[in-house]
Amino acid sequence: MRTADQTLDEVLDLAATHFKVPREKLTGDDDFFKTLGIDSLQALDLLTRLEHHFNVELPDYELQGVSDFRTLAGRIQARL
Amino acid sequence: MNRFHGQSLSWEFKNGVVELALHREPCNEIGSLTLEELEKFVAALETLQRQAHALIIYSTMKPGFCAGADLRELYLRLQEGDQSQAAAGARAELERIHRVMNTLDTSPLTTIAAVHGVTFGGGFELALVCDIIIADKMARFCFPELRLGLIPGFGGIPRLKRDLGNGVVRDLLLTGRSINATKAQAVGLVSQVVAEGEALKVARITADQLKKFDRRAAIAAKQFIKPIPYEELLKEIDIFCELFTQPAVEQGLKKFVESTEALSYLP
Repeated sequence: MRTADQTLDEVLDLAATHFKVPREKLTGDDDFFKTLGIDSLQALDLLTRLEHHFNVELPDYELQGVSDFRTLAGRIQARL
Repeated sequence: MNRFHGQSLSWEFKNGVVELALHREPCNEIGSLTLEELEKFVAALETLQRQAHALIIYSTMKPGFCAGADLRELYLRLQEGDQSQAAAGARAELERIHRVMNTLDTSPLTTIAAVHGVTFGGGFELALVCDIIIADKMARFCFPELRLGLIPGFGGIPRLKRDLGNGVVRDLLLTGRSINATKAQAVGLVSQVVAEGEALKVARITADQLKKFDRRAAIAAKQFIKPIPYEELLKEIDIFCELFTQPAVEQGLKKFVESTEALSYLP
């Protein structure tokens, strides 16, 4: 079982790799829309990649109002 | 017409397979132009299907297969004229799109949707008319209509009910949430999930396999297993039109059209 910190690290790793952002520039408290410069279609792409990576199903309405990596990782952690 | 290149789609007939490619920016939203070209396509299909054995529908647009109806156009229609004119216009357009969808659904060809990325609303409904859905692992399926105060109008609910259990249909419809290709395969919607960027290639290999079979047997099998829910499709048009002139729809469409939020595609 992953810890919450491990889950957050993996979320940040995946986001950095896929959206080609230096990993060291990302922190848990960043707004992922702003930091990654993504729109809603790209957010769906990120959501799908996270679902595949963690092998979870994350309803997209759970992302409503969520914009920072830590809360996003928490939502994933709740389903691991 | 073996080949056509329009503003929103193109098609080509080659080696017994008809390929219909959607290519309207940004994500193949279905508006009046796409509908006109789809009508041209189903007219041409009458002749093409005498020589072909398979049809593949795919998108060349990066974000996905199709994001559904053109909501900006729908909003403008609601702004023009009075409520009864708006409802009559919506009904006429729905009847046209249903004719296209029903023609594709009943085509004697074996039809394959090769989907990737966003497969939402009307795009999901277009995939549902096909016999086989082959999905890129990054595909997402969703019926977001309820957030606009509407129901899917292109035949989605009756076809989803035909193919899936009611529990899954209710979840997708009533929550408006999207599901990925793996989940779609688990519930029986998608038959093959393939690696990112490989859906069209796999669809072509599948289409090649289909030519080995006697066409009469393939057509008989399809007609036996895939009844068209005509009564429910007509009912869907009635419900859609009843809802279309409600204030919630105009508000929902206005919110979408004027939105600058990064989350506008999320239900």
